[in-house]
Amino acid sequence: MSIEREGFSTSVLIPLIAIIGALIVNSILLLAVGVNPLFAYKSLLSGALGSTYGITESLVKATPLLLVSLSMTVAFKCNVWNIGAEGQMIIATIVVTWVTLAIGDRGGPLLLLLAMLVGFLGGAFWAFIPGLLKAKFEVNEVIVTLMMNYIATFLLSYLVHGPMMDPKAYGYPLSPVLPKSALLPKLVKGSRSHAGVLIALLCALLTYILLWKTPLGYYIRAVGLNPEAAYCAGINVFRSIIIAMILSGGLAGLAGMIEVCGVHRRLLDTPLSGGYGYLGIPVALVGRLHPLGVVLASLFFGTLFVGAEMMQRTTGIPTTLVYCIEGLMMLFLVSSEFITKRGRA
Amino acid sequence: MSLKFINQALIVGLFSAAIRMATPLALAALGEIFSENSGIINLGVEGIMLMGALLGFLGTYFTGSLLVGVLLSILIGIIMALIHGLITIRFMANQVVSGMALWLLGWGLSGFLYRMIFGVRTLPPTVKGFDTISIPLLSEMPFLGAILFNHNVLVYLMFILVFLSSIVLYRTDFGLRIRAVGENPKAADTLGVDVYRIRYMCLMIEGGLAGLAGAYLSLAQLSMFIEGMTLGKGFIAIAIVYFGKWNPYRTFSGALLFGFVDALQKRLQTMGFGIPYQFLLMLPYIITILTLLGVARKAEAPASLGVPYRRE
Repeated sequence: MSIEREGFSTSVLIPLIAIIGALIVNSILLLAVGVNPLFAYKSLLSGALGSTYGITESLVKATPLLLVSLSMTVAFKCNVWNIGAEGQMIIATIVVTWVTLAIGDRGGPLLLLLAMLVGFLGGAFWAFIPGLLKAKFEVNEVIVTLMMNYIATFLLSYLVHGPMMDPKAYGYPLSPVLPKSALLPKLVKGSRSHAGVLIALLCALLTYILLWKTPLGYYIRAVGLNPEAAYCAGINVFRSIIIAMILSGGLAGLAGMIEVCGVHRRLLDTPLSGGYGYLGIPVALVGRLHPLGVVLASLFFGTLFVGAEMMQRTTGIPTTLVYCIEGLMMLFLVSSEFITKRGRA
Repeated sequence: MSLKFINQALIVGLFSAAIRMATPLALAALGEIFSENSGIINLGVEGIMLMGALLGFLGTYFTGSLLVGVLLSILIGIIMALIHGLITIRFMANQVVSGMALWLLGWGLSGFLYRMIFGVRTLPPTVKGFDTISIPLLSEMPFLGAILFNHNVLVYLMFILVFLSSIVLYRTDFGLRIRAVGENPKAADTLGVDVYRIRYMCLMIEGGLAGLAGAYLSLAQLSMFIEGMTLGKGFIAIAIVYFGKWNPYRTFSGALLFGFVDALQKRLQTMGFGIPYQFLLMLPYIITILTLLGVARKAEAPASLGVPYRRE
């Protein structure tokens, strides 16, 4: 049933080349502005891994990255370019906050499960719309998902400034704090790390099983490789695209649920750019759209983000450096793909 | 009598602001029209605009010349678009991925360089930006004069570029080649059109205009650089191209619509009307999705949009 097999060289070498290439170009950049790159990378590493705080914080950042990049993996494998994880996360946080606040602690331990369910469904619904437009009318999903990110952002802004605003928040755009039973339990006392990371890892396993061990996963990948061929082979292309989008949106929704139930504990008026919904895209690609690779890539990038924050605090080198590294990595990734393909042909 | 006067001032102010807000969108969208008509979608406009905004600011800050700033912003735009070209044309890589990479790169690099050069300051450095130039006679027309002919020079340049783009695309040999390459690169190639060259040239136009759109933000709208100051305008520009069905005039009207809603919501926000301004802000995005739905069935998009061309 295997329709694409990546050898060791492509699946491990390409991301490595991309990472090293990005770091080298980045070093040149650092040198150009008078910073010793070794010093910068050292403070980045020690910031992220030199303390319990750094390590737990890296996990906190890696968790939504993992879920978002899994979301991308499912969609991209079907050749649907879902750029809308940001919006899907936002809708999920809205629905989760609304439902858990409405039910309150009456829900008991079931409340957390319910939060997961509605988070998944909220994200899935927001992804279903562009999925349907793509599958039925061939509307460019990149643009629609992007537009829906903005719509979700404005909806969130309206809700936290209006109907969902905490009356006790002195007019700040915040919702009330979620009921206790909707919060994810802590993993390490005194840190922000939470059980969401276990949910994310479970999702990685489920995504692997879905994509490579079930007929549905086979259909999704077949449609992604060649929709015409898949159609001729009797695969329902329409259904595969819609299901891939629903699953992709659902995973992004879970990322939103974990952020609100594990980290923020209430709805905030978050700015659009800088969100995990976008940052998960390079993570998925560096992870070669494979759950195992994506797990490793999320840990890598989670560490990178935390390290960059610490680096900014100690050395004054701005965190935006990480986005440079991410961008460069993506450029190297697609370029080295071409070069290795050519080498073999 | 006095009330009527206020209303007129308000309306003139609103439309005039709409045009100012529409200018960076229109500039970036015009560029994207060229690259998309040749078959290449560049999602990195946002990143290019940010780099254009930064370099425009730096050039003007260090030399005191707005022209140097503008030229630098165009130059960096062209360079970044050529990177996109190298990766999507030469390496035949996925255009979505390359575009997203450019976006992240431009976002990170512009913020990084700005911080490294100026450090953290309580008061951000500023430059003397573009002044408003009232066009003699024309600006004295009632209503229209104040709305259309009372702007900075980049706005006038945008008007001219909309007009020029339409002529180039529909009335010149070059424009015909661009559209042929976008519609059917193989056929164009057979007829002796250099597909790669046309695509690189369109990307250069695209990058230059996106860089200029960025410079508009830092040199005409604000006279300073702020990290992430584009606030998604690069992505909106791409949506506007779809809204405008790859036609310069229609795209310009799309930019005006987005600019108008932006200007209107700012006024409603300060006046405190009953409608939540966020719903007004959503409107253009919803309209864009609906437009896409209308466009999709008729297949008006360049047929080879997003597909790398492989010469056999």
